[in-house]
Amino acid sequence: MSTVEARGTITIAVERCKGCELCIPACPPRVLRMSADHNETGYAYPELLPGCTGCGACLLVCPDFCFEVYQYETPILHEVGAIGDLGGPES
Amino acid sequence: MSDRPVLPELPTLPTDAPPSEPARQLGHFRPRLLLHEDHDLCPGCGEPLAIRTLLEVIDEMGEAENTIGVVGIGCYTAFTSTMDVDLVQALHGRAPSVATGAKRMRPETIVFTLQGDGDMVNEGLQEVLHTAARGESVTCVMLNNGVFGETGGHMTATTVLGQRTKNSLEGRDAGYHGYPILIADLLAPLGGTAYAARGSVHDAPAVGRTKNMLRRALETQRRGDGFSFVEILTMCPTGWFVPTAEGPGYLNSVLGAVHATGELRNAERLVTTAELLQAAKDDAGRREEPLS
Repeated sequence: MSTVEARGTITIAVERCKGCELCIPACPPRVLRMSADHNETGYAYPELLPGCTGCGACLLVCPDFCFEVYQYETPILHEVGAIGDLGGPES
Repeated sequence: MSDRPVLPELPTLPTDAPPSEPARQLGHFRPRLLLHEDHDLCPGCGEPLAIRTLLEVIDEMGEAENTIGVVGIGCYTAFTSTMDVDLVQALHGRAPSVATGAKRMRPETIVFTLQGDGDMVNEGLQEVLHTAARGESVTCVMLNNGVFGETGGHMTATTVLGQRTKNSLEGRDAGYHGYPILIADLLAPLGGTAYAARGSVHDAPAVGRTKNMLRRALETQRRGDGFSFVEILTMCPTGWFVPTAEGPGYLNSVLGAVHATGELRNAERLVTTAELLQAAKDDAGRREEPLS
């Protein structure tokens, strides 16, 4: 198993999201992706993958005020499966 | 078939509640001076980003109870019911004149206007020019997306050449539609202007730079140095006929290529948009040169 360190996390107001996708390229560690599901309004919304740094870039670019940002006092490790099997660095 | 390795399916993390682990909250959904988050603007709109930044600067400067905003007519007018500062609704383009009156009657307050490019440059160009020339101690904030967003995405005076809008479907043509007005270039050299800058909200660093510009503009007003002006380029994917995700790139490459971002006037230092564009070009050229 590999692990990914998360220095921060976010909360996402899924029901308010209008699916504009501005947060996806704005995220420096690229840990946001759009969902396959849709919210009640019919829009896809962002989902968080392990590795958030709590930088707050998503909050700055979200037109619909969908993000709250937190930084952990001590970083958290998330288990993410066998990335090492693909030739990546073992952690 | 691609021979790239298939990455394992990464688990998504819960994001519906604050973390249970000890953590410090860095950012809230909305700025303190916005009463609630809901609004009816289109997906991918840049105006809420500019309004968040403006409200944060007013709050951080400790002027929340001492600020009067004068709002023009445009999509941003939707925020007049949720912005928690004293507001006056002005007629189309007349906000700088209303702000002049508010500031003269209440000189101890911070007075700003919030206008769009259609409102300020098409409907009320003379108001802002005279307010700047008189050196009124107010701050005018203009959200520039190159279209009349609220009335359906028609061409404005700041629409750049080649830009598609509802009434320039083949792109703005100089021979038929005329040339865009660079409003910041008109205001910056006037004797009454103490600060003029053009920012953008196409990505997080640009939002940060725009926030600094707004702070300098309001500090200029607080010192009583004269007129201050901040133009903010904002996305309008609906008006531009581009997908929301391509809005920031379009803003930076199409509008940003004409309305270059940077400070045009800071006290006696005066720069033109043409010089900002040349500086950006030189900078890009230097970055492409191989390191020796």
